[in-house]
Amino acid sequence: MDAIILQILNGLDKGSAYALIALGLTLIFGTLGVVNFAHGALFMIGSFCAVTVQRILSVSFKTVDPSKTDFLGNPSTYDTPYVVHWFGPEFGAGIIDWSVPLAILFAIPIMIAIGFIMERGLIKHFYKRPHADQILVTFGLAIVLQEVIKYYYGANPIQTGAPEVFRGSFDFGVLLGFDPNVIIYPYWRLVYFAFAAVIISAVFAFLQFTTFGMVVRAGMADRETVGLLGINIDKRFTIMFGLAAAVAGLAGVMYAPINAPNYHMGMDFLVLSFVVVVVGGMGSLPGAVLAGFLLGILESFASMTQVIDLIPGINQIIIYVVAIIVLLTRPRGLMGRKGVMEE
Amino acid sequence: MGILEVKDVNKRFGGLQALGNVNLSVADNTVHAIIGPNGAGKSTLLNCLVGKLIPDTGSVMFAGQSVLGRKPFEINQMGISRVFQTPEIFGDLTVMENMMIPCLAKRDGSFRMHAIESVLDEKALREKAESMLEEVKMLDKRNMHAASMSRGDKRRLEMAMCLVQEPRLLLLDEPTAGMARADTNNTIDLLKEIKARGNITMCIIEHDMHVVFSLADRITVLAQGTPLVEDTPENIKGHPKVREAYLGESA
Amino acid sequence: MFGLEKKDATLLLIVAVLTMCAPFILNPFPSDSGLAQFNAGYPDLMQRFVIFGIFAIGFNILFGLTGYLSFGHAAFLGVGSYSAVWMFKLLSMNVIPAILLSVIVAGAFALIIGFVSLRRSGIYFSILTLAFAQMSFALAYSVLTPITNGETGLQLSLNDPRILGTSISADGGIPVTQLFGIEMRSTYAMDVGPWLFQFNAGYYLCAILLLLAFYLSIRIFRSPFGLMLRAVKSNQQRMNYTGLNARPYTLAAFVISGMYAGLAGGLLASMDPLAGAERMQWTASGEVVLMTILGGAGTLIGPVLGAGFIKYFENIFSKINDNVLHQWFAFMPDGLEDFMVTIVHPFVGKGWSLTLGLMFMAVVIFLPGGLVEGGQKIGKLFRRKKAAEDTSPAAKTPAE
Repeated sequence: MDAIILQILNGLDKGSAYALIALGLTLIFGTLGVVNFAHGALFMIGSFCAVTVQRILSVSFKTVDPSKTDFLGNPSTYDTPYVVHWFGPEFGAGIIDWSVPLAILFAIPIMIAIGFIMERGLIKHFYKRPHADQILVTFGLAIVLQEVIKYYYGANPIQTGAPEVFRGSFDFGVLLGFDPNVIIYPYWRLVYFAFAAVIISAVFAFLQFTTFGMVVRAGMADRETVGLLGINIDKRFTIMFGLAAAVAGLAGVMYAPINAPNYHMGMDFLVLSFVVVVVGGMGSLPGAVLAGFLLGILESFASMTQVIDLIPGINQIIIYVVAIIVLLTRPRGLMGRKGVMEE
Repeated sequence: MGILEVKDVNKRFGGLQALGNVNLSVADNTVHAIIGPNGAGKSTLLNCLVGKLIPDTGSVMFAGQSVLGRKPFEINQMGISRVFQTPEIFGDLTVMENMMIPCLAKRDGSFRMHAIESVLDEKALREKAESMLEEVKMLDKRNMHAASMSRGDKRRLEMAMCLVQEPRLLLLDEPTAGMARADTNNTIDLLKEIKARGNITMCIIEHDMHVVFSLADRITVLAQGTPLVEDTPENIKGHPKVREAYLGESA
Repeated sequence: MFGLEKKDATLLLIVAVLTMCAPFILNPFPSDSGLAQFNAGYPDLMQRFVIFGIFAIGFNILFGLTGYLSFGHAAFLGVGSYSAVWMFKLLSMNVIPAILLSVIVAGAFALIIGFVSLRRSGIYFSILTLAFAQMSFALAYSVLTPITNGETGLQLSLNDPRILGTSISADGGIPVTQLFGIEMRSTYAMDVGPWLFQFNAGYYLCAILLLLAFYLSIRIFRSPFGLMLRAVKSNQQRMNYTGLNARPYTLAAFVISGMYAGLAGGLLASMDPLAGAERMQWTASGEVVLMTILGGAGTLIGPVLGAGFIKYFENIFSKINDNVLHQWFAFMPDGLEDFMVTIVHPFVGKGWSLTLGLMFMAVVIFLPGGLVEGGQKIGKLFRRKKAAEDTSPAAKTPAE
């Protein structure tokens, strides 16, 4: 029992990331009818927003300390981040420590802007082109974004720490009445899950309770009809694209402490997120979220040593196997509507 | 016993009864028209005949064999061809290539690997295709891209593609919809010619009564998924129930 | 000629002349001149041109004709490479059995994957093939290590139990791949004045196979089977209602293109007997998609052009470093020179992938028909100009 709970918990963080990326993919596919292969790159850019904010906050100036000398006899220098200098050692250091959560504020406008530019500048021209063209052009864009990041940040993963308070783990099992030291869970992963839950709820609430959301949902159901109503659906879809980009970006920001950002993380997550969308059902938002968590948890179960002993390598391929089975037996996915791109 | 026998066919979409106990018998070598107001189930019925839809209950027999459970391509190989409401042709290919495909399908069946021979070496089939094009007066357009033609030409091409297969039963879904008067008359003449050549049965769904009355041997009136009456054109014209359900409505 | 139309025969002849004379054509600059950096007549590069040409020709039979966009074709290339290396390890260093086995194994693999993937079309098909390829990649890295040698990649060793042949060559090294005694690596160098032309046995084997592959693809394009494949792309509904079963046609195309990929993989291993899982990664699949699109999907010559184009510029761009750039812009004033170097720097050397991505986007956006369409457009422009100058009525261009 405790092992099962532990695996479920372990699957939550990856599942959250899958769910958030898949949510954006589905929003874009459902509203704009575009298959966005560059969505993983948006997730990656989000992660690098966290890196950037941490770097900006850590920008320092050198001060010479004449009282100490290094081994050559020169006076030694030490770095003081400007932030510390301005806000005092305690508060300033705190800001740097909290740079990942602070990066959210930085990432939101940037991601929305990137989303707008992408939609207006590129995707817009591909609405009426075949899906193959959409896949190809966004695939090219994904390569470009990835290479730009690689150029400026290098090919190595960049460790980006969570705030001090959330580092380390706690004994989750005790809360549930298990013996101590059975279920140990890192704080930040729990934060990530909570964060994902908030974002997902916010998106759903937005779509459910605002007029804007209503129009978008109607558009997902039937694009042409909404167009006939004389509603400027295109403008709303641009905003939708920005929103989807922001969701992917935020997912990336908060994921930075879990997985040190690297330039190819976007591609890695994209392939899996696509599988998630397909399993959940093309165009179904609840399906995407559900499938994201399900597959994340399934993956973590498949990584258990007992399972690997039984079927070697299953942890590597479980998601693909599930996707293939789902596509062949229930092509519209878990919660997809009937008739949406079944053939 | 007709060539096409539809017995007690029912089809529901959710709560909607699209077809209710449809019985239809189409005699060999006749033109049978199916008319009815929008939403009467004409297209649903047609889709049940060609394997696109499977009826919930009932049977559809063609030349003594059941078509139910067969795929569209198998049903076509049995001898049923279909002309669509909006022309379905191979837009990326030339007119001649469009014609070669049904010829090959007729000769080679649903699948055959002719990967090394050239299409140009198929002399007999090419002649057959060309004479069919001649018949629909499109021989001069043989090298045109099918997608770049006018709607009327597209429909004539589609009809030629169906006819070159020499089907026993030809299903036509509003063959003159959206056509100019002259084109409509041409189509009527073409269909009359085909009919006169014999050995073909046609089933037409049509809104244009002029077309229906100049071609049909028998007419079935469908309303709300059920056949209202079936009779000869002369009797249908005067039938009070039909006037009420269909003609009266459109008048 | 060869049962081809005149136009196609001419095309085949041009490709034949180009590939056979490639060592001359690709080495136009004397080896001591500054422009020698643009030469491409090196055996390993020329081999890559034709091998990826074969790969792209095969991909085009699937994508160009049927419109089914596979994102997992590199898996077949990888499988072909592994099979070939195993053949070298177990049977003989002769490339013939290795290449045969790689084609057969890749074909069988394609049959299984195609059978499942082709039950769906459109984007679902793309994702299914992608999933299969990623699965193969993951397996090759982990569980299948006994067969694939995992991250290190499969290589020959001194204690391979080679049935027909020796484990160790006379000089104590690993034997090299050969074709009935002709070593694949053997190169005849010809000095003509300042020029150096290299004729490599392996390249000529690849080139002959490319010609065969190209010839076969022309035959397929012009055959009733090819017509059916184009019908699949154009209108599957009409195809069904014309009594044709689309699935065996697409499956046959998938298997054929998988075998082409296997051939390419087998040749890669024959030229350099090693195989790694990274050949199966989806970026590798993306590359062949790019080659085909860039050249012109659905055209005969396009994929070969695309493969040559990309492999050539990959080679050139990767070699360019800041020193070379400074040489290029040396004629400019200093400040401007540095500025230009800074601008160009991200796109060359290790930045080749960035250029590739940009090119990919540019082609899809502006030139969906690829280089072939671009060429045709320019050709038409010239013809129209000429016609206008002659003030004669424009000749009707025959529809393709």
